[in-house]
Amino acid sequence: MNYLDFEKPLAEIEGKAEELRAMARREEGMDVEDQAKALDKKAADMLRDLYKDLTPWRKCQIARHPDRPHCRDYIERLFTEYTPLAGDRNFADDQSIMGGLARFNDKPVVVIGHEKGHDTKTRIERNFGMARPEGYRKAVRLMDLADRFNLPVISLVDTPGAYPGKGAEERGQSEAIARSTEKCLQIGVPLVAVIIGEGGSGGAVAFATADRLAMLEHSIYSVISPEGCASILWKDAEKMREAAEALRLTAQDLNKLGVCDHIIKEPLGGAQRDKPATIEAVGKAIEGLLADIGTPSREEIVANRRRKFLDLGSKGLAA
Amino acid sequence: MNWITNYVRPRINSIFSRRETPENLWSKCTECGTMLFHRELSDNLNVCTNCGHHMAITPRARFTALFDNGVFTEIKVPEPLADPLKFRDQKRYPDRMKAARAQTAETEAMLVAEGEIGRTPIVAAAQDFSFMGGSMGMYVGNAIIAAAERAVQAKRPLILFSAAGGARMQEGILSLMQMPRTTVAVQMLKEAGLPYIVVLTHPTTGGVTASYAMLGDVQIAEPNALICFAGPRVIEQTIRETLPEGFQRSEYLLDHGMLDRVTHRSQMRDELISIVRMLMGETPPVKGDLPAPEPAPEPEKLEAPAEDAPADETPKEGDSA
Ligand SMILES: [Zn+2]
Repeated sequence: MNYLDFEKPLAEIEGKAEELRAMARREEGMDVEDQAKALDKKAADMLRDLYKDLTPWRKCQIARHPDRPHCRDYIERLFTEYTPLAGDRNFADDQSIMGGLARFNDKPVVVIGHEKGHDTKTRIERNFGMARPEGYRKAVRLMDLADRFNLPVISLVDTPGAYPGKGAEERGQSEAIARSTEKCLQIGVPLVAVIIGEGGSGGAVAFATADRLAMLEHSIYSVISPEGCASILWKDAEKMREAAEALRLTAQDLNKLGVCDHIIKEPLGGAQRDKPATIEAVGKAIEGLLADIGTPSREEIVANRRRKFLDLGSKGLAA
Repeated sequence: MNWITNYVRPRINSIFSRRETPENLWSKCTECGTMLFHRELSDNLNVCTNCGHHMAITPRARFTALFDNGVFTEIKVPEPLADPLKFRDQKRYPDRMKAARAQTAETEAMLVAEGEIGRTPIVAAAQDFSFMGGSMGMYVGNAIIAAAERAVQAKRPLILFSAAGGARMQEGILSLMQMPRTTVAVQMLKEAGLPYIVVLTHPTTGGVTASYAMLGDVQIAEPNALICFAGPRVIEQTIRETLPEGFQRSEYLLDHGMLDRVTHRSQMRDELISIVRMLMGETPPVKGDLPAPEPAPEPEKLEAPAEDAPADETPKEGDSA
């Protein structure tokens, strides 16, 4: 279990309870259960308090938590017959974006998502979920496939942003993102996106431009990272708390602004404390959103999606 | 002497001298450091007469040089919600806006207009880097949508001049949402079969490059413009190595297949006229000295014109000057 900065006091109590129990297992006749239970209760109360009124910055930390379920976990549990499809047919296969054919509730779909990796080795392989142009071009291919064979697209968004690298720029990072967003707005099949962790800027827009956008309760979606915003506007990257506040990047604020259509509740203490429950809740939400879109004609789907984006921006937030 | 010199220059001069330029003002070229007489610089469309460096030019000055006789009509842009996030960093967003308005005498970071270039009706949009770094917020999104809608309605091509540091952070997610919104605008043009020409100017970066600025039918850049998604400083911090000479500049992008052309500002107008006329299936443009257009004597001829007398030397109906 990895604890976040603000969970340190909780880590101490949970650690103590565990220590006591371990001690009792080693030394026969020692009864610690009452003490341990008291600590459990204290920990549970503290967890509830900590997660009751999370600041935007804390939400950012939770959204980036290494133990959160990642794209791969969702695909494994929510889909059957997952058949990964690789490559952009131009240059490479970008491992930071995974996707392919699969069945969702037995119905064939195309699934696409950012994968961050779960340990050092896979994180490097997946480039921490930061895609290069090849990744977006693969996404375009997959969306085209879905469009040609009338399959709904489900996208799982979890990226710090598009990769800022020399090769990525040389091979047209901007163009690749622009084409992927354009493809989202062209396909005549339902497109449901879920932000499962971080929705980092243009790299997220590239396939979060959906008919319905759901966000996990502690996920974020932002034009820039709080650190980046702080270093530009406050001239001090350490002002990320203030920036996170000002950017209004939480699922709750985005819902008020009309950008996020549905918030998916997370288990107490965040998705990382109960992966199966989180994944199941996301599955239910996708099901509901697909049903909500219904079966309009291809032309209606495209028109409705474009209308949705053209109409954005009529709702503001109070200070 | 060409047509621009004869007809447009006096207007540019009058605008510049009236608006901002005391006669004795000198500016320093940001590239070579040469001191340039302001009038000389504005006559040269803000291109350094010593080193050819393309300095920023306001949308209004650009349009004055672009449109026939410097005549254009502004297209009204629907006003978005002001300060939707109640954003505050070290300053309040409304205060930053106020300062930008006072400094530029413009409402926002994009100007949209219609008019004719080489007697070809077009809609043009230009981003204003001097207005909060040209940043793309809801207004810029609305401006591009308004430009596209007008172009579709009047069946005209859209020429867009980009210049921006990226999305406007003070509008948070709503600025990011201009990426899909402006993409819808581009789709309107494409579906109407109308040309969408992008002229990338220094600098065009971030979410702007990753949306409408990279979706043109033809992509032209001014020389040595910085065009990128992630800026060079961010990349250097990430990969910890120095970047090659000219990295992310127009010529570098051209070499890497990301642009159609790199064109000097002084040739841009002629080139745009030529391209949009070809894409619109019009007759060849007339270059060089042009007499002031006269009222059209008769409707467009159907037969092919003689080689030395292009059909559009006589203006078509509806032309005015
Ligand atoms: Zn110079």
